[in-house]
Amino acid sequence: MDNYQEVTHVHEFDRAAGKKEVIRITVILSVITVIELGLGFWLISLESEFVRHLVKGAICIFMLAKAFYIVGYFMHLKHELRNMIMTIVVPLLLFVWFIIAFLADGSSYKNLKNTYDPYHKEQSQKKAEKPAHGSGEHEPEAKKKDAME
Amino acid sequence: MAQAVPAEQKWWSGGRSPFNVEYGKLMMWYFLMSDAFTFGAFLISYGTIRFSSNSWPDPNEVFQSFPGLGSGYPLAFVSLMTFILIISSVTMVLAVQAGHAMDKKGVVKNLIWTIIGGLAFLSCQAWEWTHLFHEGAWWGRNPFVNMDGSQASTNFTNFFFTITGFHGFHVFSGVIINIIMLIMVLNNVFERRGHYLMIEKAGLYWHFVDLVWVFVFTCFYLI
Repeated sequence: MDNYQEVTHVHEFDRAAGKKEVIRITVILSVITVIELGLGFWLISLESEFVRHLVKGAICIFMLAKAFYIVGYFMHLKHELRNMIMTIVVPLLLFVWFIIAFLADGSSYKNLKNTYDPYHKEQSQKKAEKPAHGSGEHEPEAKKKDAME
Repeated sequence: MAQAVPAEQKWWSGGRSPFNVEYGKLMMWYFLMSDAFTFGAFLISYGTIRFSSNSWPDPNEVFQSFPGLGSGYPLAFVSLMTFILIISSVTMVLAVQAGHAMDKKGVVKNLIWTIIGGLAFLSCQAWEWTHLFHEGAWWGRNPFVNMDGSQASTNFTNFFFTITGFHGFHVFSGVIINIIMLIMVLNNVFERRGHYLMIEKAGLYWHFVDLVWVFVFTCFYLI
């Protein structure tokens, strides 16, 4: 049996309005992407570690905004019934714990290793023999270090 | 919600879908939710390893080549890939809307554009993988050094190829699904059925692929 029959309230569909909405969301997504890329280019020349983290945080917020527009409008979730939205969105809240817990764990592992495993720390600070891909700006430094050892 | 539902509508008294969607669409949503957890697990394990490393390769050093132009163009190629995927998502929405209006020609036209977009994205990825492979990068091999000049482990390439590969596989299966949809439309399957709801389900999958790329793009190329 075709379970289309179960759907009692077929969406009132106005194609012209739908097309307008698609154009609006496309423009929003493109603008956000361009801003993200702008921030990405800014990161290339940015030195301050603190500002770098701020910019990366901003990029993540823009990423979530894009996800909201894609899921809400392109996937039409915003126009579904509230109960259905909840069955999908509430389980995804697990990610909040998931991300915080695992990233904190990774960072703690790094700190513990650097504190209690001096050999690991020393090894990870050794400059590579090969020059960095593309630019050779690390080369002289690496050579100097090798010569000293 | 935007949709008009009578206030006294009893959704849970049986005989109709309490979510007002057909079974297949609801199951597609739940499948995508589980798929989101798979990708989430991949990306979070990548983040965990990156947070536990003292330094990491600089994406602007690794991804800076553009076909035909050589190297020195950080972010350029991946921007192109991102826009290709966004535009193919837009044509997919238009195909779904054409389906709502029972406009077969509109569905066919927009599905073809979506398939072309998908193939273009896959070609871009194939070029990028080939290029990186020729630079010496692969699973278990990493020619790139860390941002601070120290020797990088193979974690970077392992995660990059695994996650973009898994995403690329999703794009590939999305293109296959869209091609099947196109064939079904051309054979008037949905015309006979009286509705184009199947296009909507294929559309959900395709948008999800675009959604995952938003995250992959940010995690690997931007930050």
